[in-house]
Amino acid sequence: MLNPDSVGRTFKGAETITVSQSQIDSFASVLGETQTDVAPPTFSIRITLDQMQKILSGSEVNLDWSRLVHGDQRFEINRPIKAGNSFTCSSTIESYRVAAGNEIVSVRGDLFSGNELVVSTWSTLVVRA
Amino acid sequence: MVNFGGARMIEVGTVLPERVFEIDRELLVAYANASGDDNPIHQNEEFALSVGLPNVIAHGMLTMALVGKYVTDWAGGSASVKEFGARFVKPVIVPAGQKVDLTVSATVAEVDGDRISLTLSATSAGVKVLGMAKAVVQK
Repeated sequence: MLNPDSVGRTFKGAETITVSQSQIDSFASVLGETQTDVAPPTFSIRITLDQMQKILSGSEVNLDWSRLVHGDQRFEINRPIKAGNSFTCSSTIESYRVAAGNEIVSVRGDLFSGNELVVSTWSTLVVRA
Repeated sequence: MVNFGGARMIEVGTVLPERVFEIDRELLVAYANASGDDNPIHQNEEFALSVGLPNVIAHGMLTMALVGKYVTDWAGGSASVKEFGARFVKPVIVPAGQKVDLTVSATVAEVDGDRISLTLSATSAGVKVLGMAKAVVQK
């Protein structure tokens, strides 16, 4: 079960991640996208997935990542991501409820380049009973 | 009504052309490598069945990424998307050795200056896979 004390709190990822052109190229290639001067709109998941997993499955939040299902996803993109950009990531546990034994968690993720908020994401994650 | 993309007149209710993407197991492997999401439900049929799924399923985020490609091709590139969201209502089921469809279409929901909101539809094998799918694009 998720630690109820984590609801409403923001957790900062420990790492700074620098996006490489080859990461953008391989993501774009899967989609058949040949224009790679900027990343495709959902590319930020490449950064946030790993950071959110480290934060949410850590002892402070204690989400069971192994039974996780993605319920919904939303992005607000203030500017596109480009190769060479470096990001830090924070995750905020916005809400948590249990329904029919399933844990339903809403998590906001923010990607910062320095003080600039570049992309915000909202994910509903369901830990199946 | 605004002139979007230099040629097309866009207004609320304009329906954009349908497009069909093909998804197979190879694409799932490529997306797993590109995204870092190596959950075995997207790769390993035995594992997928063991957790109660009908077969290997596509990553919801791959489905969303392909719908994003539909949007950016229409809107004039990856930089045009300002907001993008969807609910994953049903999985895209990807049996071995088959190519399954992801059929995408859109309707213009709102025009606000140069910002255009699209309501998106995505189905696979006739089943709606995304709900509440919307994107806001801007030139």
